[in-house]
Amino acid sequence: MSLTTTIPSRPGTSRGLRRLLEVPDGAYRGALGIVAALFAILLLAFVASMVIQSRSAFAHFGLSFLTSTKWDAVHHHFGALTFIVGTLETTFIAMLIAIPIGLGCALALAFATPRRLQVPLGSAVELLAAVPSVVYGLWGLLVVGPWMREYIEPALAHLTGGHFPFSGAQIGTGLLLAGVILSIMVLPTMVAISRDVLMAVPETEIEAAFALGATRWQVMRKVVVPGARTGIVGATTLATGRALGETIAVTMVIGNTPALAHSFFSTGATMASVIANEFTEATEPYHLASLIAVGVLLLVVAVVVNLAARLAVRSVGHQRAIGVGVL
Amino acid sequence: MLTAAALALGVVLSACSSGSPSSTPKAKSTASSDPYAQADLHAPGGALTGAGSTFDQPFFTKAFYVYNQQNPGVTVNYASIGSGGGIQQFQGQTVNFGASDVPMTPVDIAGATGGQVLQVPVALGGVTISYNVPGVGTGLKLTPKVLADIFLGNVKNWNDSAIKNLNPGVNLPSNPIQTVHRSDGSGTTYITTNYLSVVSQAWNSGPGTGKSVSWPSGSVGEKGNEGVAGFIKTTPYTIGYVELAYALQNRFTYAKIENSAGKFVSPSLASVAADAAQKPSITAVDFSIVNQGGATSYPISGYSWVLVYELQKNQVLGTTMVHVLDWLTHAGQAQATTLDYVPLPANIEQLARTTLLQVTGPDGKTQLLTTS
Repeated sequence: MSLTTTIPSRPGTSRGLRRLLEVPDGAYRGALGIVAALFAILLLAFVASMVIQSRSAFAHFGLSFLTSTKWDAVHHHFGALTFIVGTLETTFIAMLIAIPIGLGCALALAFATPRRLQVPLGSAVELLAAVPSVVYGLWGLLVVGPWMREYIEPALAHLTGGHFPFSGAQIGTGLLLAGVILSIMVLPTMVAISRDVLMAVPETEIEAAFALGATRWQVMRKVVVPGARTGIVGATTLATGRALGETIAVTMVIGNTPALAHSFFSTGATMASVIANEFTEATEPYHLASLIAVGVLLLVVAVVVNLAARLAVRSVGHQRAIGVGVL
Repeated sequence: MLTAAALALGVVLSACSSGSPSSTPKAKSTASSDPYAQADLHAPGGALTGAGSTFDQPFFTKAFYVYNQQNPGVTVNYASIGSGGGIQQFQGQTVNFGASDVPMTPVDIAGATGGQVLQVPVALGGVTISYNVPGVGTGLKLTPKVLADIFLGNVKNWNDSAIKNLNPGVNLPSNPIQTVHRSDGSGTTYITTNYLSVVSQAWNSGPGTGKSVSWPSGSVGEKGNEGVAGFIKTTPYTIGYVELAYALQNRFTYAKIENSAGKFVSPSLASVAADAAQKPSITAVDFSIVNQGGATSYPISGYSWVLVYELQKNQVLGTTMVHVLDWLTHAGQAQATTLDYVPLPANIEQLARTTLLQVTGPDGKTQLLTTS
């Protein structure tokens, strides 16, 4: 293929943009190509080296590495199921809290806050992202944990009569605390991106809806939020990604018990936390390879969650297209 | 033990004086009877690198700093990346020495690329059993069996008769016991589980001994001494294990443990040293010193190790290293005491020297550690 191939012009692209894409400059395009390929190569090399280093664990334990709940370095038996489940559970709790609060906060910042308060309040939320995760961990362990044990967990158990998922011993540390801390950590991502996409919804559409006699609530629900839908799902995906991989804060508050949880109050462990915990002293046979294998699984889970979110965006998009115009 | 500490202190004083350029050899030789006391004078100099155990890190940092003050030509960079990483880097010869909380196993040694491996005990540590029971002060008495039963989950409540009978007059509540363990792989866990395995058949055939073991369900894991101590401090009715230096520096509660002589002993530098002194001959294979005899011995303790190759490929760096390590295991132990590590017993100091004397230069014959 010659370097001067013209790129078929897409409908809607401006003349200027088209000319930029058509520049027959080999060096320019080559350089861009290298930069673009660099990340792909880096990712592939990264995955390849992890797979190579974890090969012995996958080969030795086979499928039982995915299905076994036993993680025992002394007897050289490693199964990662408890960590996979723990990661999904904490992320689920975190998003359960972060999505409604984050969306509400973004709507409030975009439409229900006096203009002169928008910037300081917005910065305050964004500053949450600047707090190092180890500080969240310490705060969770020393402040929120005792608070959960004394007030929140007894209250939840009381409200539900001690039934699933709020049963069992109340010690503060555990899945629920990890989920709560994670939700606070992912809120800035949720809020900042959602607010920006909400504010990008064309004003003409909002005005049109008001002109048709819609109430404020109807405008938010039927025009603003659907208009910003793709961006909101994007924000949720990014936040979920952060929750899946968050390591040190979770390690400090989850209780680090490799057992399947029977309650939100139970202690647990995540894929990231077990790697952080055991990596430095993994000298037993298969221990290190198994930890790297857990890292590979974490990568797989993150990719699967990401793809699922993309599919969700697409299917939601179709539904909207069908139901359009029903106000 | 006290004499050993006094000797070590004397050596440090003499070494301090040797740091000043105006000091005369005559003054130094009268300061100590140990012919190796000025061994550091024979360290030709250079920059050494080491990696491994995080347990050793505070001690190494201080000791190597002091050594550098006395011998400005010698610097030691120690990376506390954990024993596992230390062993790996040592196997691949990317560092001059490794440090590990547990000696290398025969499998580890087989993976070493630099030939014959020598392992030198460098630091001694103990583990305290700490707890938080409102209304109960420090010094709760526990026997090995009760301790193992608590961690196995067989003794479930604080007012269980097994604990009550040992502590008449102590007002024990009926609340359930919450056990806490180290979630990160650690030498502290190794020493504790080593002790539990020695005193309890059920523990030995269950979780066993290791730097991270499969704890009975219900036990909470926290990262690092600070994590375990923090959790115990903020959560009533908990019990866990904390490294001695950390517990002493933070004035933490600890239990008195019944030793094999039937006495209840508090953890302290002296009681851990007494336990270690009971076993004068340790090797890299037979290194466990938990539950030794002696009326004053505190039974939960263990050594940390430095790993070196017997054949050094660089005469100058090898010579520097053996002299630094010899200093570390003798005069340098005074630095350990200031940080609440237990100084090595005299017989173990001697063992360290005997081991270091085996290190040779590139020709495979010349001893690198010399007195003259």
